[in-house]
Amino acid sequence: MKTITKDPLVIGGHTFSSRFILGSGKFNMDLIEAAIEHAKAEIITLALRRANTEKNDNILNHIPKGVTLLPNTSGARNAEEAVRIARLAREIGCGNFIKIEVIRDSKYLLPDNYETIKATEILAKEGFVVMPYMYPDLNVARDLWNAGAACVMPLGAPIGSNKGLCTKEFIQILIDEIELPIIVDAGIGKPSEACAAMEMGAAAIMANTAIATAGNIIEMAHAFRLSVEAGRAAYLAGPGRVLNMQGEASSPLTGFLEEAK
Amino acid sequence: MKHDCMSYQKDMEQIDSNIKERVMECYESFEDTKYSAKDVQDALAKEILSPSDFAALLSSAAIPFLEEMAKRGQKETLKHFGNSVYLFTPIYISNYCENQCVYCGFNCRNKIQRAHLDTNQIEKEMMAIKETGLEEILILVGESRNKSTLQYLGEACKIGAKYFKTVGLEVYPMNSEEYAYLRKCGADYVTVFQETYNVEQYEKVHLGGHKRVYPYRLEAQERAIMGGMRGVAFGALLGLSDHRKDAFATGMHAYYIQRKYPHIEISFSCPRIRPASGTDFQVYEEIDEKQLLQVILAYRIFMPYAGITVSTRENRNFRNHVVGLGATKISAGVDTGVGENTEEEKGDEQFEIADGRSVDQVYHELLQNNMQPVMNDHVLL
Repeated sequence: MKTITKDPLVIGGHTFSSRFILGSGKFNMDLIEAAIEHAKAEIITLALRRANTEKNDNILNHIPKGVTLLPNTSGARNAEEAVRIARLAREIGCGNFIKIEVIRDSKYLLPDNYETIKATEILAKEGFVVMPYMYPDLNVARDLWNAGAACVMPLGAPIGSNKGLCTKEFIQILIDEIELPIIVDAGIGKPSEACAAMEMGAAAIMANTAIATAGNIIEMAHAFRLSVEAGRAAYLAGPGRVLNMQGEASSPLTGFLEEAK
Repeated sequence: MKHDCMSYQKDMEQIDSNIKERVMECYESFEDTKYSAKDVQDALAKEILSPSDFAALLSSAAIPFLEEMAKRGQKETLKHFGNSVYLFTPIYISNYCENQCVYCGFNCRNKIQRAHLDTNQIEKEMMAIKETGLEEILILVGESRNKSTLQYLGEACKIGAKYFKTVGLEVYPMNSEEYAYLRKCGADYVTVFQETYNVEQYEKVHLGGHKRVYPYRLEAQERAIMGGMRGVAFGALLGLSDHRKDAFATGMHAYYIQRKYPHIEISFSCPRIRPASGTDFQVYEEIDEKQLLQVILAYRIFMPYAGITVSTRENRNFRNHVVGLGATKISAGVDTGVGENTEEEKGDEQFEIADGRSVDQVYHELLQNNMQPVMNDHVLL
């Protein structure tokens, strides 16, 4: 029998037992450690633009050892800037993982898929484990795959919106067609939505705002952990069939064939 | 004879844009009495507000709904910025000015102590500021092109970029190629206050100098973007004219710029007019804290993704509370005089400040109030 512990998440050859990735952007620093612990997150993202403060509190001091850092390129407006931020992150010791975010829209913060593909191609060749944030589009996902991405991170809804799986149908297409982990990145607002995405076959969930803006951050981190695990278990179990419209007649419609005998 | 405030002067770049006309139309179209309580409630019920909803939130009809606006503002601020509050400080490097703004302490006719830091003094000042832990600096000068030349500003930006991760500019408006030069020298964003969008009042209070030219000032943000700046900030000096009309025009100015240049970081400043030495200017209207908060909240709800800066013109209590409701950026360790951090050369202040807390004090009070002070939000590439 398959169990969750024998069902690791593999990204770029690295193995994780947790399928929940925590974003760090909107937290008070003293709560980050507890949120990581209660979410049982093994990967935490951090914006490099926040990490390089020289004096006062630095977010890096609040991330426990053993947790994989996933620096992101937030602030980049094109592939060139994303590549430069990624290289800088590696130089200052943030490792080989990089989440590409290329955004040139200050209102909706939607990712620029075209520039994201370009950055992915360059960074994958340089040995980075590239995790690109993207708008769910099958052709783009294929290009990212060909460019060497380690996974694909489609948005469920605009970043920070907590609106849930607005792009559900398109994410399902990516899950069905792309042979890389599909990690739903932005927009997940509630544990039930995380669970739904995992039931669909998403490899992992990333969330930040949903937890950072919750009434009780610790409890919500815990709730997300449970929902991601439940969704994954349900996916592996294979959900029961869903009947359309009405119940199924117990007397078969083809019974008359037998009656004639 | 005074220069017509609507005519560009020689060497002032004129750009191909209709934003100025649209903003001026917005100013004229705002009528406070047009909006009812129902308009305000309808606006607050919407997820994305139209310009007309924004106007309703700025109207007198919205005053009884300030609490509802504060709740919505808090929600939007939390959603878009979390608990983060960015800290910065201004550095005044010269108070020489060629303008005659009747409300301003730097007015060239005022007999105040003038000072102009040289590059060594600027570097010493910046090193002293750097010691406080700040990572963002806002360079300010009085508007004298002759004294504070483009090259002088360029040198200041270069020094700024050496010590800080973000360098802002609040200097005289200039042509796009001049902004491009300062961008190359290390500047990141440009703040220009239109002061008032009311042309008649603008002409009355700006008696001379380049600043008298209304359209050149209004188009400064767009020229700064053309010069490659990554962010621009907008502000009206509330109290100089009808504050509701001015706040509406300010918001619409930012709105049109954002639509035309969606990649640009937009932010608002919300200054109320403060007493300044050497002036006996009578304000058009006194803006109380309730009215100021209404403006801040209306900006926040209309453009929830925009930054909002509240300066030390406001007191500690107001600033401590407004950061969770709408403001996302506050200054700390502020002095509006020239050379105040090392006391090498002292020039008089532009205006009186109401919150003299040090960077450390602001930092720790934010933490006590469950907010997260953020020193840096940018990677200098």
